[in-house]
Amino acid sequence: MSITTILQHSLTGISLGGAYGLIAIGYTLVYGILRLINFAHGDIFMMAGYFMIFSLASFPWPIAIGITLLITVLMGIAIERVAYKPLRSSPRMSIMISAIGVSYLLQNLATYLFTAIPRGYPEIPLLKRIFRVGELSASLVTLLTPVLTIVLVALLMILVNKTKTGMAMRAASKDFETAKLMGININRVITVTFAIGSLLAGIGSILYFTDRMSVTPFSGTLPGLKCFVAAVFGGIGNIPGAVIGGFFIGIVETLLVALGYSTFSDAFTFILLIVMLLVKPTGLFGEKTMEKV
Amino acid sequence: MRRSRNTVLSVISAGVFLAILYMLNLNRAGNGMLISIMQKSAIFALVAVSMNLLNGFTGLFSLGQAGFMSIGAYTTAILLIPVQSLDGVYYMNGINPGIRSLKVFLSALPPWFQSVYPFMALIVGALFAAVIASIVGVAVLRLKSDYLAIATLGLSEIIRALFSSPQLDGITNGSYGLNKIPAFPKMFGGLVPPIITPFIVSAVCITLIVLLIRSSYGRAFLAIREDEIAAEAMGISLFKHKSMSFIISSFFSALAGGLLAMYMRSIEAKTFSITLTYDILLIVVIGGIGSVTGSVLGAFLVTASKEWWLRFFDQPLEIFGWDVPLFRTGFRMVIFSILLMMVVLIYRRGLMGTNEFSWDRIFGRFKWKRKKVQGGGS
Amino acid sequence: MKRIAVFLLIALLACQFVFAGGSTESKSGEKEIIIGVFEPQTGENGGGGYQEVLGMRYANKVYPTVQINGETYKVRLIEADNKSDKTEAVTAAQSLISSGASVILGSYGSGVSIAAGDIFLDNEVPAIGASCTNPQVTFGNDYYFRVCFLDPFQGTVMANFAWQDGAKKAAVITQLGDDYSSGLGNFFKRAFVDLGGNVVSEQQFQTNTTDFKSILTNIKATNPDVIFAPSSIATAPLIIKQARELGITAKIMAGDTWENSSIIENAGSSAEGVVLSTFFDDADPATDEAAKFIKGFKPYLVENNQPDIIPAVSALGYDAYLVALKAIEAANSTKGPAIRNALVDVAVEGVTGKIVFNQNGDADKDLAFIKIIQNGQFKFLKTVSVL
Repeated sequence: MSITTILQHSLTGISLGGAYGLIAIGYTLVYGILRLINFAHGDIFMMAGYFMIFSLASFPWPIAIGITLLITVLMGIAIERVAYKPLRSSPRMSIMISAIGVSYLLQNLATYLFTAIPRGYPEIPLLKRIFRVGELSASLVTLLTPVLTIVLVALLMILVNKTKTGMAMRAASKDFETAKLMGININRVITVTFAIGSLLAGIGSILYFTDRMSVTPFSGTLPGLKCFVAAVFGGIGNIPGAVIGGFFIGIVETLLVALGYSTFSDAFTFILLIVMLLVKPTGLFGEKTMEKV
Repeated sequence: MRRSRNTVLSVISAGVFLAILYMLNLNRAGNGMLISIMQKSAIFALVAVSMNLLNGFTGLFSLGQAGFMSIGAYTTAILLIPVQSLDGVYYMNGINPGIRSLKVFLSALPPWFQSVYPFMALIVGALFAAVIASIVGVAVLRLKSDYLAIATLGLSEIIRALFSSPQLDGITNGSYGLNKIPAFPKMFGGLVPPIITPFIVSAVCITLIVLLIRSSYGRAFLAIREDEIAAEAMGISLFKHKSMSFIISSFFSALAGGLLAMYMRSIEAKTFSITLTYDILLIVVIGGIGSVTGSVLGAFLVTASKEWWLRFFDQPLEIFGWDVPLFRTGFRMVIFSILLMMVVLIYRRGLMGTNEFSWDRIFGRFKWKRKKVQGGGS
Repeated sequence: MKRIAVFLLIALLACQFVFAGGSTESKSGEKEIIIGVFEPQTGENGGGGYQEVLGMRYANKVYPTVQINGETYKVRLIEADNKSDKTEAVTAAQSLISSGASVILGSYGSGVSIAAGDIFLDNEVPAIGASCTNPQVTFGNDYYFRVCFLDPFQGTVMANFAWQDGAKKAAVITQLGDDYSSGLGNFFKRAFVDLGGNVVSEQQFQTNTTDFKSILTNIKATNPDVIFAPSSIATAPLIIKQARELGITAKIMAGDTWENSSIIENAGSSAEGVVLSTFFDDADPATDEAAKFIKGFKPYLVENNQPDIIPAVSALGYDAYLVALKAIEAANSTKGPAIRNALVDVAVEGVTGKIVFNQNGDADKDLAFIKIIQNGQFKFLKTVSVL
């Protein structure tokens, strides 16, 4: 393979990794506080894609982006209120089944409302402008994605480390019960967490689907699961770790497809998961927590 | 007195059910759809019970059922496709010569072998899955509940990717799937006609699982579900029992997978995706986690509803010439999902909760003076 | 409260088994024969399947009755959606059979046709495929017929065209697990190599892939003159656009599935110059029936919110219906085996040409139409016949 080809593949991989990173943050934030794998997160990502299709049909693109992100955030918060809040004191299995149930519901809702025929994702002309450097060729969105990811993560880290809300989030993820006792408004913290997660998923969705131009009701399941693996890989509860995990999985996946092993690109992610859970369950950057008897 | 009455009633109801099946068999063409739905329900009942064994009775949240079903389905299918159809099925890339010679050898064996061969194929598939489960279990069963869920989910996807990979083309026909799978065989030389076979197989397997649950092993499973640490303190080997539950659950899931292959006559790896596991989870949750009767009832209810509602909710409905706006393709699945959410959020225990079916409770309901009795027999 | 719910549900369960049996009596008591429509209306091939169904529905409108033994029978179409999925195909096929269909029409998509073929065979219900081109659909199945040409023919046609166009190096993209795509890709490859060409790159993608950049990057590195990418309507605009985005200038060609206006809509200007083979051209009616069809079908399309360009698969659907009716009349019966035997000898002047079946159940078609996308429209280029 020539250098140009490798570089071209790397561009694709990094761009994919960026989108994965944004989604992975949602998983790691929610798991850090609630100890819940939000199976529905991938489907929120998918629904954001559909919202964008409909908004772009009626509004100019800056407004459409705003509307899509707003609706996505509202949806994320609503899901938390309806499906997860009542089960907070229930056994873990119930809340996980609830998450799976929401995922199932969103998929079926999308199939019903938008039919299962793949829908063309409309273009934002600015984002699809093609840049050529020598033999390399990429659209703006491919180049923009990783940059935007890193910027957003930096902003998020500032939020988490330097603001009061961020401190509340960190406290809640360290020790849920004690945080409640210390007067932190847990409901608000959780709402903010889901809002941030959904916002990032929405942005990731816009970047991902603009590159891919087609949405189906099942476009969110597999990326969702892969992003959870990315979060585990980086250390659950650790935001930069989740993003690094996202990049890693995005690049390796692209590599596997480039080498001709496309069927294994999905399987690889899960093999990575099992290996991580066996060898280093806390992930690359995670912290050891004591299991109290 | 009560026990013998219960047994007699159970035998009579089983007999009535069987008689209905034989009657349906007489008019196979006309009752095609009904028989088909009941067969599918029976197969799903078996998977649901095996999933319940693992999730409901042992408390291990595993989402890998589809993967083990696919192992059973593919193995059974590969063993059962008739030798003369092999080239047609593997038309894209040809079949692995080793498998071909094995099949040629097997097809040359005497007729008595051929009549039990399909059942042997089912069991071989199930054993294969059990072996895989025991190997994987060593790694996976140590994990905490949420990680176990996603690890088994991932396992299911890995198995699916393996079966559809072009590298295994010669054995599994890659992504093209297998067809020309023969239908259900007859049992006991014609005593049991082919369409009734899945019910018998399913019933036998479910009975075996129930016997396991009622044994001391079953009590150990329940103990593990309630409190792992206390169970260990009482001397129950966690790993041994969790392993046993996992392996047995996978064995029966794979057997059900084999039955599914015979039912559908044509399978591909896409059939065994995560959505299938979600569908079974739906049945288990609606029926009640921790109740075998619930899973069986749930299986029949959900499968029949899916078919019936297909005609009702999915077609445009007109009441007095007014088009009811909501009824379109896909509506029934939305209703199912809402039902699942309602059961999870509100009716937490599902249909049966953790109770099993018993004649005593039915009689108890009619005699309001009597105290309610739990379970059938001790 | 909960117990009442439980009892209600169990009562519902019992009722369902009654309804699930299904009944097929016509309301007015007149004689009826049922034709099953086995097509995808959702899923990856939903778009093409829907167009085929429109052709069949229109044919039913034009020819609503058939004569059996001197009596007039009304022809009723019952549709079952196989969702472009082999598993669903099995269920859809079973439901059509139990609703009493005497003949089945369909499907669009060779994979689902192959999957359901056994069920039709076992139940002795003849099936007439409209646009499924993979040889395996009819191979070894006495009850499956088809009115279109086959992939070996189509692959050779496209290979010839590419060769005559001056291409020496070709790249082939096929969809893993799709019998149509992989089969046609294979036949093109063989034909192209036979002519002396060189297939420099063969890439496969999985179903539901939306990102083809890695595959296309690999292809770009081998610098082919032409890319042959038989795939579904859903993936076509993605492949075309992403290829142009990466700076690939090679000519892109495909088979009959790409003759769909949604591809031009979604791919926009990138679609200029794409070449494909198809079964039918509405500018040059081959027969009288064709002229009548073209005139009447265009307004029907508009009625159904479709652009008024006639898709080839609709024409094939129409022809399949005609063939079924002719066979029913010749057989003078509503029973499957009799209709099947009549199909063997039937000859019909259809919209897409004369239809006669060979011993495999395939129509003896030796004519393909090549079209090119120019100025945002499908333009007829030439007819090709391979002798």
